[in-house]
Amino acid sequence: MGYTISLTAAMAVLWLLLSGHYDNTLLLGLGAGSAIFASALAWRLHILDAETSPYHKLWRFMFYWPWLLGEVVKSNIIVIRSILAPDMVLSPRMVRVKSLPRTDFARALYANSITLTPGTVSIDLDDDEIIVHAVLKELTSKNGFAEMSARCARACGEKEGGS
Amino acid sequence: MSEFLHILDALRPFLAGIVLVAGGVIVLIGASGVLRLPDFYSRLHAAGVTDTLGTLLVLLGLILFSGFTLLSAKLALVGMFLLLTSPAATHAVANAAHKAGLKPRLGTYHSNPPEDDTGETA
Repeated sequence: MGYTISLTAAMAVLWLLLSGHYDNTLLLGLGAGSAIFASALAWRLHILDAETSPYHKLWRFMFYWPWLLGEVVKSNIIVIRSILAPDMVLSPRMVRVKSLPRTDFARALYANSITLTPGTVSIDLDDDEIIVHAVLKELTSKNGFAEMSARCARACGEKEGGS
Repeated sequence: MSEFLHILDALRPFLAGIVLVAGGVIVLIGASGVLRLPDFYSRLHAAGVTDTLGTLLVLLGLILFSGFTLLSAKLALVGMFLLLTSPAATHAVANAAHKAGLKPRLGTYHSNPPEDDTGETA
């Protein structure tokens, strides 16, 4: 029930943002109706769970996203510098990254974060490791991966000390 | 104080222009990286530069340009959706290449190899 309510609220907010109509009762009513109708469809499909309606725990990501943006900018600068260098020296490599977060949601977040930072792309995901292709040696420090993994786990609400 | 805010508001279009140009330059750098880098997997990284910092700067410039309006909120939403979807697309392409058996080029790569060292280039 909580998921249905939070999904309806999120869609109502999205409708208000995208439409910009705040004074026409008919349009507001139609917007509310469409938000409720879409939530009712999702509820009847039984697809509402913590993964499809994660809005009530978005506040945790408010600490993760700024950090991730900082990392994205940092690795962008490294990659741009090596692209612009007249004598380009690269050290492409495949790395197996262990120590993943436990939940599926946190793993998907972790793999996507690795891909989002330029210079590293997650190629394949197994049960206990991610295969990562990196274009430079300095982008594959063990501590960097471990820190990102720990932050993903924390952002998804996992307790400390998980593997 | 309000005087200072007025000056800031007058400077906003110029600031937006600077950020937009910076974003365009970074998109160009990403494109040149796609041309310069040696193989498929490393070209993905250059495309990632365009995907992340380039688009983010362009969107930030547009947000600065339109100010505190509904349009800015929509642009911020566009940025959020791009950040959520572009890694999924990059991973799909990279994973498809990996599954199809494309081997990455490993080891050190020099764009201008030293004269006496001919073993590095392929």
